[in-house]
Amino acid sequence: MNKIPNRQAICEVLNEAAKTDKNIVVLCSDSRGSASLAPFAEAHPDQFVEVGIAEQNLVSISAGMAKAGKRPFAASPACFLSTRSYEQAKVDVAYSNTNVKLIGISGGISYGALGMSHHSAQDFAAMCAIPNMRVYVPSDRHQTKKLMEELVKDEKPAYIRVGRNPVEDIYDEDDTPFEMDRATVLCEGTDAAIIACGEMVRPAKEAAEILKQQGISASVLDMYCLKPLDKESIIRMANAAKVVVSVEEHAPFGGLGSMVSQVVGENCPKKVATMALPDAPVITGTSMEVFNYYGLNAEGIAGKVMELLS
Amino acid sequence: MENLKAKAFSLRKNVLDMIYGAKTGHIGGDFSVMEILVSLYMKEMNISPENQNDPDRDYFVMSKGHSVEAYYSVLAAKGFFPIEEVIEKFSRFRSKYIGHPNNKLPGIEMNSGSLGHGLPVCVGIAKACRMDNRPSRVYTVMGDGELAEGSVWEGVMAASHYQLDNLCVTVDRNRLQISGSTEDVMHHENLKARFEAFGWHVISVDGNDIDALCAAYDEAKTVKGCPTAVIANTIKGCGVSFMENQAGWHHKVPDQAQYEQAVKELTEKEEAARNE
Repeated sequence: MNKIPNRQAICEVLNEAAKTDKNIVVLCSDSRGSASLAPFAEAHPDQFVEVGIAEQNLVSISAGMAKAGKRPFAASPACFLSTRSYEQAKVDVAYSNTNVKLIGISGGISYGALGMSHHSAQDFAAMCAIPNMRVYVPSDRHQTKKLMEELVKDEKPAYIRVGRNPVEDIYDEDDTPFEMDRATVLCEGTDAAIIACGEMVRPAKEAAEILKQQGISASVLDMYCLKPLDKESIIRMANAAKVVVSVEEHAPFGGLGSMVSQVVGENCPKKVATMALPDAPVITGTSMEVFNYYGLNAEGIAGKVMELLS
Repeated sequence: MENLKAKAFSLRKNVLDMIYGAKTGHIGGDFSVMEILVSLYMKEMNISPENQNDPDRDYFVMSKGHSVEAYYSVLAAKGFFPIEEVIEKFSRFRSKYIGHPNNKLPGIEMNSGSLGHGLPVCVGIAKACRMDNRPSRVYTVMGDGELAEGSVWEGVMAASHYQLDNLCVTVDRNRLQISGSTEDVMHHENLKARFEAFGWHVISVDGNDIDALCAAYDEAKTVKGCPTAVIANTIKGCGVSFMENQAGWHHKVPDQAQYEQAVKELTEKEEAARNE
């Protein structure tokens, strides 16, 4: 079992990049521990800025630093970063086009038992709706590393959501297929296309294996790039299949499911089922308990595909 | 040296033309903030079309973005874009001269419009300049009604925490906002003490007096270890008798008679300043 959460993979990339690029700065809102960024703060104290528990300030200060030539990475729990400082993300980052990377940590229902205040089930919808904001949801630590290696080099705003807990590897460390803004195809199939992002990619992949045993051929797409969305891959996968299922750790509105439905509806109409968290405060529990309760697991996804095909 | 007092009245006429032509704008705050902008751009700040990409330049963010007409007038006078084009196109269909600052235009660093953003952004700019040991000074202008935004105080707190003595904030203290008196809507009494309690150096001046403003900005440049707030006590609608201290002129558009009367009064004041 992998013990390295995606947030730690982010820290490792930033730590390395900051050695040669003195303009890389990390900003936290009393969140260096939860963001796994304490090692960065220790290794690069001159490139680390503590803002205190003030997420609006975190984002505006980051935008100002970018204006003055820095490459800021602002890390804070996704629940606060994506909504408490939403307007700062909209105006100071996206609208003013400042090179700020917003790192939403412990996203989705990572803080399972802490209640709805700590869940970020709205961040995909919120961030995707802002012009000039890119939105990324990497699935495992290796993909997170590849993504971050691209993001430390570019000059545009982005929001990145990662979970709190380590997740099983999807990819091999030495052989992680990655192309910026192109979804990764895990397998191809002719009966169903399963499109997932973030922590839902793992159960999607396992669902395809279950389905295979039932004689059902499913493709799985790791849509880590919600915006710009890889529409081409969605259309290609949907065209090859009879039904489409999207899976995400997000509210049922405005996220991956909504976007997949739009693309399929406009380009290759067929049945789409969107699997997501409910439009309600989620039950209390660990991530795994919550996912299992709502059927956001391999069995649930496989079951949904079979239901659609029957 | 150029007569800046006369200039401030002359630039108000450009504001008037923009708003009268487009039939929209925030004239009251434009007229209260004019001397502040003229002092900063024409005398205090190291910002010009020639150095706008120099990392060592000074930085300015117009936090009270709705006073964009005054801002455009001053930027045009500074040579960033032609004033005739602004007056012709301000707020018109497909215009780049929109009703709030937009950094696709030369001379404008950050987009604003939503209040309470300029100061925290300037904290970031000032912090970055300090990290790189740049000589840049960083300026922003807020309205007094804007001070009700909580994000302002997050910025106030952080600026003193980081000891940003390269940061200077001006509060355009005209005591009026769209609904009436700032003191009735959400009071800011003891404003000087409030900033001081957060560890700021505070200078309170007549905000429509260019000499007093420039003296305050010069003093701010000598302050070490903490940021400076200049509380500029201004008159909303300053320069036109029937607009002065009238909340209704926050964003009212003058009719033809009012326009002509305003031009007449501003011209008289400009000439009086020139003959002083």
